[in-house]
Amino acid sequence: MALNKSISLLFRIRKHLRNKNQLCTRFSSSQPNFPGAKTSWTEKLQFTDSSSYSPIPVYRVLDRRGNVLHPAEDPKLPDDVMLKMYKDMILLNVMDKILYESQRQGRISFYMTSYGEEAIHIGSAAALKLEDLVYGQYRECGVLLHRGYTLQEFVDQCYGNVGDMGKGKQMPVHYGSKKLNFITISSPLATQMPQAVGSAYALKGSGTIVICYFGDGSASEGDAHAAFNFSATLECPVIFFCRNNGYAISTPVLEQYRGDGIATVYKATQLAREYSIKENKPVLIEALTYRVGDHSTSDDSSAYRSPEEVLEWTNDYPTKKFRFYLETKGLWNEQKEKELLTVSRKEVLTAFNAGEKKLKPKWSELYTDVYKFLPPHIKKQQQEMAVHLQKYKQHYPLNSFSS
Amino acid sequence: MALNKSSFFVKISPYLNRQHVRVSQHNRCSSHFTYSPDPKPAIKGEKTKMNMFQAINNALETALRTDPKAIIFGEDVGFGGVFRCTLDLQKKYGKDRVFNTPLCEQGIAGFGIGAAAAGSTAIAEIQFADYIFPAFDQIVNEAAKYRYRSGDQFDCGKLTIRAPCGAVGHGALYHSQSPEAYFAHTPGLKVVIPRGPIKAKGLLLSCIRDPDPCLVFEPKALYRAAVEEVPVSDYQLPIGKADVLKEGKHLTMIGWGTQVHVLMEASEILLKEHDISCEVIDLVSILPWDRETVCESVRRTGRALIAHEAPLTSGFGAELAATIQNDCFLNLEAPVARVTGPDTPFPHVFEPFYLPTKWRCIDEALKLINY
Repeated sequence: MALNKSISLLFRIRKHLRNKNQLCTRFSSSQPNFPGAKTSWTEKLQFTDSSSYSPIPVYRVLDRRGNVLHPAEDPKLPDDVMLKMYKDMILLNVMDKILYESQRQGRISFYMTSYGEEAIHIGSAAALKLEDLVYGQYRECGVLLHRGYTLQEFVDQCYGNVGDMGKGKQMPVHYGSKKLNFITISSPLATQMPQAVGSAYALKGSGTIVICYFGDGSASEGDAHAAFNFSATLECPVIFFCRNNGYAISTPVLEQYRGDGIATVYKATQLAREYSIKENKPVLIEALTYRVGDHSTSDDSSAYRSPEEVLEWTNDYPTKKFRFYLETKGLWNEQKEKELLTVSRKEVLTAFNAGEKKLKPKWSELYTDVYKFLPPHIKKQQQEMAVHLQKYKQHYPLNSFSS
Repeated sequence: MALNKSSFFVKISPYLNRQHVRVSQHNRCSSHFTYSPDPKPAIKGEKTKMNMFQAINNALETALRTDPKAIIFGEDVGFGGVFRCTLDLQKKYGKDRVFNTPLCEQGIAGFGIGAAAAGSTAIAEIQFADYIFPAFDQIVNEAAKYRYRSGDQFDCGKLTIRAPCGAVGHGALYHSQSPEAYFAHTPGLKVVIPRGPIKAKGLLLSCIRDPDPCLVFEPKALYRAAVEEVPVSDYQLPIGKADVLKEGKHLTMIGWGTQVHVLMEASEILLKEHDISCEVIDLVSILPWDRETVCESVRRTGRALIAHEAPLTSGFGAELAATIQNDCFLNLEAPVARVTGPDTPFPHVFEPFYLPTKWRCIDEALKLINY
C-alpha cells in the first residue's frame, strides 16, 4: 500500500518536472539552460588554467624614486594629511624597533613588527572614515595609530597593565578600541573575515563600510572562502584588504610581485570605499609587499630566507619612497627627518617607561567579562580563589597586581 | 554533508504528504517516548494549541516584530526551513531580515557574530546540530571569547544559534547527534535544550534577548510530536534554571530534551509496578546549569540517575555526577547512575538498542534502589 503510493507519487513528480521543463524550453534559445551558470556552449574540450588569462597587473602611482608616473593618478592630498601619514609611518617604525628590542630583553612576552608594511596600514587608514569599522589580523597597528590610538595604549596592552582596555587578558599586539571602531584582534586566523561580512550586512545603508585586513596565508583558511562568498551573495559593503607579503611564517607564496606603496594604497582604498557604499558590494584589494621583519619575536626568519633577499627589500622600503615624494614637493628634508626620529624615539620611550611602571589589573578580573553578568558558578570559583590567596599569598606575584 | 541534508529532508519531504511520512516512520521505528505536555504553564493570557515547530515559529515572529534589528538566516530558512520553523517569516518581514545563506556553517556562525557585534540581533540556524562542527572554531574561539578578550569593549551577545538535535528514529550518524557536552566545556556560551513547545518559545525568546551568545538545541523528534497549549503572549523563561516536573522521595532522575519524556514514563512505571517515587528534573539549561535545584533534590532522595542520548564518556552527565558526588556526598545512598548512549557513533538500524530507553532507565533505577 505504502509502496504503491510512493510509486504514484514519483510519477506525479516526473510529470511535474516535465511540465516545468517545457516551460523553460519555451524561452530557450541555443544557450544552455542550467540554473548553475549563465554561459554558452562549446564543442571543444579545453581546461582553464593560469595560462588561459594574464595575471592581474599591479597598480602603482609612484616609481621607486617617488615620482608620480601619471599626473591624473596623483591623489593630490593636502600637505598636512600627507605629513601626518608620513609621520605615522615613521612613528610606527620607531615603536616597532623599541618594543621588539624590549621583547628581546624579556620585558614584554611577545611582539610582532610591521616592517615593510607601514604604507599598507597608513595608506588605507587615511582613505577611511573613523566611523568605518575595522577588522584586523594582527599586523595592522598602523591603522590604529593613524586613528588616534596613543603610544601609551599600545604599550599598556603589550604589558597587560591597568591601562590596557583589554584588561591584560590577551597576548601583546592583540589591540582593540571601541572608541576607534577597531574590533579587538584575536589569534585564530581568518575568523574575522566572515565576521566582517556580518558587520557589513548590519551596517548596510548607513553610509559606513567595514574593512577587513588579512594576510596571504590566512586566505587559505576556510573562513576566507566563507567570507568572500557570503559578502557577494548577501551584497555587503566590505573591503577585503589582503596583505600579500610573500610569507606565512616560513611558508613562501610561489611567486612574489612588487607593489609601490602608500599613494597607491590610498587611491585604491578610497575608490573601493566609494564603490562599496554605492553598490553595497564587496571589494578585494591585494596589496603586494614584503615582510621585512621576522614573523614574530618567536621566529628567526633567517632559517628559511636569505639575508640578501631581505636586504634587497629594505632598499625598496615604502617610507623611503614616500619620503622622496614629499621631498620633491618641498615638504620634507634631512633636518626634519632627524627631528622626527628624535621626537618619535622620545615619545615611545616615555610611554614605554610609564607602561612598565604600571601595575597589572586586580587578579579577580580574571573571572569577569566571561559573560555580561558574573554567573553563580564563576562567582563561586572567584571566591574560592580569594580564600586560597589569603592562605598562600606569598606564592603568588600579588605585588605586581593592583588590589 | 550537503547531499545528506538536501536529499534526506529537503528534496523529498515537500513532495510527500504528511500523513504518508508519519505512517512510514511508524512502520520503520515506533517512537521511543510518549510526550507528556506541560501541565499548566504559569503564563497568563490566551493560549493556542501548537506543536514545537509552530511555537518556535511564533517565538521567531515575536522577535522580528518586537525588535527591528532582528535578522534570521541560515540554509533554506527563506522558504520556511526544512523543519518549517521559519515558515512565512520571509513573506512577512522581507528578504532583508529573513534570508538564505550559502551552504557553509563556519560562514553562518562568523557572519552571525559580526552582525551581532555591529548591533543586529542575529538569529542563526544550523540545519542539524550534527553540522555545527564546521562552526566550532567560530563558536568556541570567537563567539564565546569576544567579550572577555576585549575587556568588554566588544561583544556578540545578540547572537543566538538554533540547531535541531537528538534522535529522530532513523537519522543515523549525522541527523541524530546531541553535541551539548562539546559546548558545555566552553566558558562564555549559554546552552539550552527545550522539552516542548511552551518551553521552546520562552527559552528561545530569552536567548534572543540575552546579552550573551546562546545555543538552542531543539530536539527534532519533538517538532511535530509535542503539542501543547502555548501562551500567545510575548513571554520569556529563565536560562540557567531547572524544572522539577514531578516530585518524589526515593530517587532523583535528571534529563533534558526528549529524554525528559522517557524519564517521565519510566517514573510512572516505577511508581505503578514497584512503588518507587521518583523526582523528575528537566535540567533545561546545560550552561550555566542549575546546581542548586539538582543537588537540593539529591540531598533529599539520596539517589541520582542521569540520562542523556549523547555518548557516556565525557557526556554532560559526567559533570552532573561529579558535582552531585561533591555536593551530596553524605546524603548519597548509592553511586550516581548514568544511562546514556553508548560510546559509539549514532547508528541507523540499531537505534532502538542505542537509546537510553525507559527500560534501561527502569533497570538502572531498580539497581540504585536495591544497592
